[in-house]
Amino acid sequence: MSDRLEVLKTSKLFIDGKFPRSESGRSMIVHDRAGKVLAHASRASRKDLREAVEAARRAQPGWAGATAYNRGQVLYRLAEMVEGKAAELAALIDACESGAPGTAAEGGAGEVRACVDRLVAYAGWADKYSQVLGCNNPVAGPYYNFTVPEPTGVVCVLAPASPSLLGLVALAAPALCAGNAVVAVASGASPLPAAVFAEGVATCDLPGGVLNILTTQQDELTSHAASHRDIDAIHAAGLDAKNTELVRAGVAENLKRVVVRSLDRADWFDPRLCENPWWIEGFVEMKTMWHPASV
Amino acid sequence: MFESPSVDAVMAAERAASFTKRSIKSDAKRAGLELALSMLDLTTLEGKDSPEKVRALCRKAITPDASDPGLPSCAAVCVYPALVKTARKALAGSGVKVASVATGFPSGQFPLEIRLEDVRRAVGDGADEIDMVINRGAFLAGRYREVADEISLVKEACDHAHLKVILETGELETLDNVRRASDLAIRAMNEAGGAHGHFIKTSTGKVQPAATMSVTLVMLEAIRDWYLETGQVVGMKPAGGIRTAKQSLHYLVMVKETLGGLMPSANGAGGIDGSGEHCPWLTADFFRFGASTLANDVLRQLAWLKRGVYMASHDFSEA
Repeated sequence: MSDRLEVLKTSKLFIDGKFPRSESGRSMIVHDRAGKVLAHASRASRKDLREAVEAARRAQPGWAGATAYNRGQVLYRLAEMVEGKAAELAALIDACESGAPGTAAEGGAGEVRACVDRLVAYAGWADKYSQVLGCNNPVAGPYYNFTVPEPTGVVCVLAPASPSLLGLVALAAPALCAGNAVVAVASGASPLPAAVFAEGVATCDLPGGVLNILTTQQDELTSHAASHRDIDAIHAAGLDAKNTELVRAGVAENLKRVVVRSLDRADWFDPRLCENPWWIEGFVEMKTMWHPASV
Repeated sequence: MFESPSVDAVMAAERAASFTKRSIKSDAKRAGLELALSMLDLTTLEGKDSPEKVRALCRKAITPDASDPGLPSCAAVCVYPALVKTARKALAGSGVKVASVATGFPSGQFPLEIRLEDVRRAVGDGADEIDMVINRGAFLAGRYREVADEISLVKEACDHAHLKVILETGELETLDNVRRASDLAIRAMNEAGGAHGHFIKTSTGKVQPAATMSVTLVMLEAIRDWYLETGQVVGMKPAGGIRTAKQSLHYLVMVKETLGGLMPSANGAGGIDGSGEHCPWLTADFFRFGASTLANDVLRQLAWLKRGVYMASHDFSEA
């Protein structure tokens, strides 16, 4: 009797609430920091990006139409799911993420805790941000004048390499809590935590298509995401000079909203920096209404 | 009356699925998509249709994408009889045809006299093409003569207008019935002055499933057999459920691989793929798509091929 063969998980994409392989049939080999093969991960192509955007576009009106309270509940549920996968996620982060110290508060376990806390924070903001960002404007006439934030639509997240999971969650959660649908492209350097996170998303009551997660070499999707006319905004971090240029060139024609963040690894863990409504503000459109005062 | 061959449903599905596995890229894809666009019967068949909606649809049929005026026009605009006059006026001089559903569409459950009057009025108002529904109740009860006679009468009422006979395959239960209804419709049209240039059509779009690949394959085979028997070219129109550009290419592949090669040209030159054959079914004269949302997906794909940028649905007009 020979030794039992290890069964390794091949991670797949997460599009429209399902786990398809890349339509291109490609995969990439993921190594741990010691150079050992950890797993194969699906490598998304531009057509997978297109499918994900279609799914997000279909799902977005329903998600935006859910009550703010309900969106908060669902995001809280997502936090619960991540908590349940904490050990698996922490081990993957410690095994392969560059810059993770291994055991300290900012290692894998710490990063997963921060993810959970970040999701809980934005679950809380779901029914509060519009009171903070919206306003009742003084006007000289028999009218009320309100400004209220509405979701921008489909947001593409380009996650940083480190912290790969916290970066993805921190970029996606503010957009999600405001009723946007998200297509998140995980870092090519560390795709496995995002792929396992997707398993949590699939079981958290988030409607299919609201959050889609692609693993690939980000470079090959950057310009397609930027020029895609059905993506309304980009929320990115950790872009190198070349990819920053690709984003600039792509959005020049369609003028979508772009927020590119540049944070040190430690900054991502700081709730005072990362958990506030100004992270949401980039992904809402302000609508101002005039309403007769005495009708 | 006549014997229809029986259909092996498993093999029909298998064969139909095989047409979805061709790799069609770049120039061939662009040519296919432009061909599909030119074969579109841009359709609106809703209770809430208004003259302005029909006028907007007519403008879209003439110029599908204002930012790319080099694209072909659609083949026709398909409306309810009450809106034929509006469409006729909006399409005057454009070459785009006016198609009208008639004969108590979509159920056909009206007295024969009223159904025929429906047709005469639509033709009188300026319809170039009439999409009729067959009497499915009579067909399924086996009263084939009655169904055939009604089709012949409608065809006579059409006068100069072209007829499309909707079988409503979603209600016919089996592929054997689809084949029998196809043969019956073609023969009934033939009895009323010849079937050449007239169409058989899958569905009203009001019943699910509407057009499917295997149903269309069976109907194309009936058309092929009739051509081989008589030399008459009968048209085909799948309608309902064809929403993506990719699907439209699958259908064109099916046409090419089912009806291609029947008419080699005398000198061996020309033809859509340079193979020297003439396939009339790969023109809007003998093949149509009945669809309302397909146009914009085709336009999106054409824009991608031209510009290398994925377009948003709001980049194209709804009607």
